[in-house]
Amino acid sequence: MIDIDGLCVDRSGVRVLADVSLSVADGEFVALVGPNGAGKSTLLGAVGGHLSRAAGSVAVDGDEVGSLSARALARRVATVPQETNFGFDFSVRDVVEMGRHPYRSRFSGDDPDGAAAVERALDRTRTTQFADRSVASLSGGEKQRVLLARALAQSVPTLLLDEPTASLDINHQVRTLDLVAGLEETVVAAIHDLDLAARYCDRVVLLADGSVQAVGTPRAVFTADRLERVFGVDVTVGENPATGTVTVTPTAGVSLGSESD
Amino acid sequence: MRHRSRTASAVSALSVLLVGVVVVSAGIGPVHVGPIAVAKVFANAIAVPAGVRMEATALAAPWHAVEWYAPFGYDVDPLYSTIVLQVRLPRIAAGASVGFALAAAGTVMQGLFRNPMADPSIIGVSSGASVGAVAAIVAPVALPFGLGLRASAFVGALVAAVVVYAIATEGGRTPVATLLLAGVAVQTFLGSVTSYLILRSGDSIEEVTYWLMGHLDASRIEEALITGGISFALVVVLYLYAEDLNALLLGETDARSVGVEVEWTKRILLAASSIITGAAVAISGVIGFVGLIVPHALRLIVGPDHRILLPTSALAGASFLVAADTLARSGPAELPVGIVTAAVGAPFFLYLLRKREVSEL
Repeated sequence: MIDIDGLCVDRSGVRVLADVSLSVADGEFVALVGPNGAGKSTLLGAVGGHLSRAAGSVAVDGDEVGSLSARALARRVATVPQETNFGFDFSVRDVVEMGRHPYRSRFSGDDPDGAAAVERALDRTRTTQFADRSVASLSGGEKQRVLLARALAQSVPTLLLDEPTASLDINHQVRTLDLVAGLEETVVAAIHDLDLAARYCDRVVLLADGSVQAVGTPRAVFTADRLERVFGVDVTVGENPATGTVTVTPTAGVSLGSESD
Repeated sequence: MRHRSRTASAVSALSVLLVGVVVVSAGIGPVHVGPIAVAKVFANAIAVPAGVRMEATALAAPWHAVEWYAPFGYDVDPLYSTIVLQVRLPRIAAGASVGFALAAAGTVMQGLFRNPMADPSIIGVSSGASVGAVAAIVAPVALPFGLGLRASAFVGALVAAVVVYAIATEGGRTPVATLLLAGVAVQTFLGSVTSYLILRSGDSIEEVTYWLMGHLDASRIEEALITGGISFALVVVLYLYAEDLNALLLGETDARSVGVEVEWTKRILLAASSIITGAAVAISGVIGFVGLIVPHALRLIVGPDHRILLPTSALAGASFLVAADTLARSGPAELPVGIVTAAVGAPFFLYLLRKREVSEL
């Protein structure tokens, strides 16, 4: 459960998030959508405890994020980054085992549930078959699944995903989001693809210029007027005949006047 | 716990190698001593505390009242004993301690900076030690608190590290990129101070140059043991942070999201490796390439996991420097070991570079 209230974040003196309030219930799958520079990654960073904030509060499971140690926070929230530099020779299993870091004792190295959690995470992300390969040898989509496996190995109630499908082909996009949507964990994901967000997420949060424009079901939030205003492009909103979910098609670029970044 | 058994067997193998290198090295020199004789000399020198004499002075200085028992009593030529224990062992102990220290510090710095060119002196530690040592040689009267050359070098090393850390830290955060640049700038500045001191060194220029080249023959066995003890204790501390260092290889944001207290961990790693490097440089001067080459070579063999890389690098560094110093002192003209490590290390590094083995961590 995530409670964000009046959150403001400044970067280099510029306000990149202004007065954002949002609650995410246990087990929900919420998508953050919006144009480039809207503040999606910043919002994820604030929940993940990576940023200092100018104002407001962010609480996970009832406790203010800033009051938790890195270890305590890592037992509640796991982040799947957009990309990670794997320029070295760790095996897939080594990387997934890093997800057990918050549970391991520094002196004895003990983590009784660790081995089972790692195997389960490898299994759920279908990465077991290349568990002993070097991460440097994997494709972009495979790396993404390894990072997801690491987050699952953290055994946390809340997952944050930054563009989980950005580098994936359509097959892996659908497989990844199928997997994520099937999780019982609370998930907040920044997603560029509005159709995928509409298809998989319980609710969407439309961000623009650092503030929340609309929150609700995809069908309620994705209206042509609102999307044209936020993205600065003409769109047609319809229904996907195959999935029965909302589909958004950009038709022609109009003014970019509303884009301040 | 796969890594534990791997680490245990690799550490055992490298410990055996180190003992072997030490025994062979102690036999090499103007007077040749066979390895069996060297082993007997070492065995004879082993003494265990066996009891305490009840004397009036025992309370004032209890360590003098300890009775030692030597379990071995092999028959060895006393000349061999003297050569091995008095002449060669102090230098070998210095080589092992300094090699252990520099390789361990280099491993940590390369991991922390995620930079294959990082070495133990990257945050100015060696440059600071040089200023301290050269100042002690050139102007011994000017040093407060009766600091000797070694203490002066050690203090110089730590002051440089603290200054670089303070410059690079803002708002409780120390970005490694800033740390790297601050280190380069401070090293350049300290290099100019050293150059100026050399200009003013007059008659002691030979001593200054000798110190700066790196050498292992000037330390007493007690000094070597102090450096070795400090390094060993701090490598144990660093080992407890090996997993955090692994996570840091994926980037600081990633490390934080798996529960690493990033800034605290960086502070521990920097402090421990700076002290280790300072303790090494204080007795040996600046010996290049050990802290750069040995971690790279071991990374190729055992992989990037610091739980196995750190202890194996340290032990291999000890063997490497003892072997290099043996080479340095057994040629027709005795050389400072720094020349040998650089002459052997640089081509080896270029070889790895051409094989693209060290292009990344």
